[in-house]
Amino acid sequence: MPPTTASSPQHARDQLTAPGQAPARAQTPAQALWRLREYMRPYYLMLFLMITAAILAVSSEIAIPLITKSVIDSVVVKGIRAELLPLSLAAMALGAIQAGLNFFRRWSISSAVVGMEKTIRDDLYHHLQRLEPAFHDSWQSGQLLSRAINDLSTIRRFAGFGVVFFITNIWTFLLIVALLIRMNWWLGLITGLVFLPVLVLCLRFEKRYRVLSRLAQDQQGDLATYVEEAAAGIRVLKSLGRRDEAAARHLAQAKLVYRTQVDKARLRGKFWAGLDMVPNAVIGLLLLLGTLAVSRHELSLGGLVAFVTLTLLLVWPIEAMGFIIATGQEAATAAQRIYEIFDTAPEIVNSAAAGDGASHDRPGLTAGRWRSSRKAAVQRASGSAGPPVRARRTAPAASTRGAGWLTFDQVTYRYPGAPSPVLRGVSLELSPGETVALVGATGSGKTTLLQLVPRLADVTSGRITLDGTDVRDLPLPELRRRVACAFEDPTLFSASVRENVAFGVQHATEDAIRAALDAAQADFVADLPWGLDTRIGEQGMALSGGQRQRVALARAILARPQVLLLDDPLSALDVHTEARVTAALADVLTTSTALVVAHRPSTVLLADRVALLADGVVAAVGRHSELLATQPRYRHLMSAADLGNPGDDGRTAPGLRTGASR
Amino acid sequence: MSAPPAEAWRGVAAEQQEDEITGKLGTLLRRRSRRLLTDLLGPYRRLVLVIFLLIVAAQLAALAGPWLVGVGIDQIPQLTRTRNAGPIALIIIAFAASVLVQAAATRSYIAGIGRLGGRVVLELRRRLFAHFQRLPIAFHESYTSGRVISRQVSDIDSISDMFDESLASLVSAVLSLLLVGGGMLLLDWHLALVVMAGFPPLIWLSIWFRRESAIAYRQTRTRIAQVIVQFVETFGGIRAVQSFRRESRNEDIFGELNQANADANLRSQRLLAVYFPGVTLVGNLAIGAVLLYGGLRVIDHQMQVGVLVTFLLYLQRFFEPLIDLSQFYSAFQSATAALEKISGVLDEAPSVPEPELPTSLPDAGGPAARGRQVRFDHVRFGYRDSTVLPDLNLAIPAGQTVALVGATGAGKTTIARLLARMYDPLQGSVLLDGVDVRQLADRALRHEVVLITQENFLFSGSIADNIELGMPGASRSEIVAAAAAIGADAFISALPDGYDAQVGKSGGRLSAGQRQLISFARAFLAAPAVLVLDEATSLLDIPSERLVQDALRTILTGRTAVIIAHRLSTVAIADRVLVLDHGRITEDGSPEQLLSAAGEYSSLHASWQESLA
Repeated sequence: MPPTTASSPQHARDQLTAPGQAPARAQTPAQALWRLREYMRPYYLMLFLMITAAILAVSSEIAIPLITKSVIDSVVVKGIRAELLPLSLAAMALGAIQAGLNFFRRWSISSAVVGMEKTIRDDLYHHLQRLEPAFHDSWQSGQLLSRAINDLSTIRRFAGFGVVFFITNIWTFLLIVALLIRMNWWLGLITGLVFLPVLVLCLRFEKRYRVLSRLAQDQQGDLATYVEEAAAGIRVLKSLGRRDEAAARHLAQAKLVYRTQVDKARLRGKFWAGLDMVPNAVIGLLLLLGTLAVSRHELSLGGLVAFVTLTLLLVWPIEAMGFIIATGQEAATAAQRIYEIFDTAPEIVNSAAAGDGASHDRPGLTAGRWRSSRKAAVQRASGSAGPPVRARRTAPAASTRGAGWLTFDQVTYRYPGAPSPVLRGVSLELSPGETVALVGATGSGKTTLLQLVPRLADVTSGRITLDGTDVRDLPLPELRRRVACAFEDPTLFSASVRENVAFGVQHATEDAIRAALDAAQADFVADLPWGLDTRIGEQGMALSGGQRQRVALARAILARPQVLLLDDPLSALDVHTEARVTAALADVLTTSTALVVAHRPSTVLLADRVALLADGVVAAVGRHSELLATQPRYRHLMSAADLGNPGDDGRTAPGLRTGASR
Repeated sequence: MSAPPAEAWRGVAAEQQEDEITGKLGTLLRRRSRRLLTDLLGPYRRLVLVIFLLIVAAQLAALAGPWLVGVGIDQIPQLTRTRNAGPIALIIIAFAASVLVQAAATRSYIAGIGRLGGRVVLELRRRLFAHFQRLPIAFHESYTSGRVISRQVSDIDSISDMFDESLASLVSAVLSLLLVGGGMLLLDWHLALVVMAGFPPLIWLSIWFRRESAIAYRQTRTRIAQVIVQFVETFGGIRAVQSFRRESRNEDIFGELNQANADANLRSQRLLAVYFPGVTLVGNLAIGAVLLYGGLRVIDHQMQVGVLVTFLLYLQRFFEPLIDLSQFYSAFQSATAALEKISGVLDEAPSVPEPELPTSLPDAGGPAARGRQVRFDHVRFGYRDSTVLPDLNLAIPAGQTVALVGATGAGKTTIARLLARMYDPLQGSVLLDGVDVRQLADRALRHEVVLITQENFLFSGSIADNIELGMPGASRSEIVAAAAAIGADAFISALPDGYDAQVGKSGGRLSAGQRQLISFARAFLAAPAVLVLDEATSLLDIPSERLVQDALRTILTGRTAVIIAHRLSTVAIADRVLVLDHGRITEDGSPEQLLSAAGEYSSLHASWQESLA
């Protein structure tokens, strides 16, 4: 295990959920939200101080109208001039206190919630990096991102705003209604009761508005998707002259967005109008009943003014309650979505047999238990009992620093949820330093087989051994240090060329990086504006497919692995560059055991032997020329000899003309 | 930990990422965006006026409330004395009326702004999309698809948000300040001046806040964008990350970016922590001052107590519009910037314009489709400062298949693009049955000439939808017939949902060869007279190429065709081969003739034969 940040609550969770255990126990949103308190723990004291400050702040705000009352009752009505100055100063002091406390509340909560958001996001990233590729494949690309960004912001807003105001607003309501009742019980009671329907109105509005907002978001998302497609497919649309059709489709979708926007505005208008009406109606009522009460000396003049002012202070807390509760619900759903990820345990982890301190990380987890639970997980995923897991040889005697013997022994692999396995018993041996080309039709499982070696997925049954040790018994870091791959679709990061080549190798020297780039024939790097420091990837210089492949190839070469896995790494290169790369690769390959997926004869020529993958097994192994001669399926895949000879069919076939004319 | 210094890993970007608005930020709309705005709002002049009047009505009605309360309070002594409830009843009725007016006006102006904004945004979306579709490929090549998308998505969104949320608040805030201020001055200008004394510090505070928050906002935007990029790239490339053990390095980088993002968030929240209580403080002090000075004036009978109450009620909300103003100002600013960028795009004139009076081609007629005759007449073309085709003359008879061969940069792709009118020649002309392609309406030209490249882009939707793009409104049987003619019917029918399989979704995952076959079926259905294939088979593996090769023979029947290919297997099906060198034709003849001529083509062919062994 690589050393990880030790302070986060992440680790507690990792130990609770053993690998393979059923992920995501049923958990209500509210429970999930409550679980999040573990991230608030460092800020408990601050939270307490802050809520206290908030309560004191609204209390002083509420006290100001009481001073107004005294000013009117004793100074204005009774004419006690001497009380005016102290009362006014007291109002100013209270006002200053309110502002000061608000400042303290906002200032202190900000660091707490921002810190919490950051910690959760770091943990989420840490956890996601350890989940196997199959997990990532099963999620839509935007989903994880929206959890890490939008859901966390929702939670942050709720923690910084919702929680505090939920408490202080209830406090404000109770305090003001109590004060009103004390001044005049029946008028106070009526005022308090009239506000309850407002709360209901707000809650209903928030609910309906959110439904509309979500609809609008979905429609905008669809529209954006079409805009993206029309931008990416502009050449197709132009070439076929379909711009009017495209514009019509775009307009139809844009109109849906428009309609929802208008509906939203209408709802908003209705709501705001209603919201403005209620407090005003209350004040009108107060004016009517209050003047009555004053004229009957049941309420002082100042009391009436205070009544009206305090009622105005009630408006915002009640209005906001609907919003706060809705935010709380959103935050709870967000928390649930986040724990759904946290509760998914990595399936591909160090086995206890790997030693290397792994057992210290997972006390009480024996190899046997791990294996049986892993098997259970596989069976669960596939929906039925899989083929029996073959007994594995235990405790390899071979040294860990072997030479690179790679053996596939009856390897079977079935994708989760697929009805039948794609690999059904692949057996193949590669001796140290040997290069074997893997040839097979599209979908025959070549890429899948390669991914099983560095354990990007685990075999369903059978085993892969490296120098005699089952790869599942090797510590993951060691396995992945000894094995390196380059994929057909190269992954580049928006970072410097240097960073992209040194990808996994810490402290790679400048010379080593240049040598790797040379070997991959990536001489174009020298012509980039800042050489090795030029940013490439999505946010940087755009490279051609062939250039990207060569950078990825350099990355694999720099790793100087014992076993090199190349998944059709030259597919995007033109003929001449391919020839140069092939020549250079031949030198590199002498030191590594290599398995190379090939689609073209030129790539096959790199290899000592060729393995033909068909029907989920290695159907034949031999030299290129042997297989060409003896295997019709191989000939079909690898011989272009029949291409380019215009046969006596096709061009002149009379029956085929009809579709061309209209 | 000896990680490289912060940010070193990121490398240096070779070009500016986003088109920043140059010049002073926050200046008024530039002329072209002002023109665009006038143009967009033009049809809705009346609506704009009505909305404005409704907002004024709503604000006036809101203003009336506290004033009526004050007037009512002043009636109380009289009420106590005379027991005549008449005046009070009148005030209550007026109050009720003002409440109703406010509610009705509010409801209408919010809905009105929603409709106005919706209309304007819809029109803007329509124009922008149509304009991007009309702009030539040359434009799209320099103005990456990312920018095309962000103009149409995020820029439009910020204008839409402006209408949705900020515009009403912005206008109301300004009106509220003016009307309430004016009302206070009318009621008692002495006391009003005391209140106004709060403005200088508040305006200073607001200016400070706006300036700082604009900086902080931009910072949070860029930092969260960096977090997102790192996140997306990590999990998009999780296989590479895990197999190269990059996890811990990634965690260092992500932690750094996430911390920077947190710092930026903290900064903007702390600005609010200063600003909001600052406004509260000034408002509260103003209340104290009004109590003191107003109290004195009431005692001295210079003012009625009702006026004091009205002032106190006004003050509870008087300074708040300033908060709205400073908050929505940034929304206003980003909408302005977005409009500026959009108007820039809309001003871009298509460099490949359509003819004002299009000519139509003679009816191809005659013995079923034979294709069209193609002629390049003294065509000169180049990109920026390099000439690619100095002076090309080429005639292709109807129905002939011509293959172009030559090194990268010899001008093959340029010929294809000129023929499909993705560009126009600098000199000379490209003629289709004797008619200059510049004289043809776009729709007519596309009906005649179709270009297929190796970018076999498929749109989301079913496979049938994608083929139908070749001939909108085609029936299912026509679609199936096209696929069958190309040889794609077998694999499509084998998919779980057949022709209704959704492209790219599970059950619709297609190999590059299969995608290319679908794009061929599309072109077959479009039935153009001239077909141009630019490297259409380069990325295919051998079995796919074999499939496509067979399809090609079908699709070329009865058409004029120009084929560009690296692989000579594709070239060999041509009637005629042209070898290009620096934009000039160096060899011209049938494949057999050129093979025996011992030129460039025959040597290329020899090395290709060798590679097959």
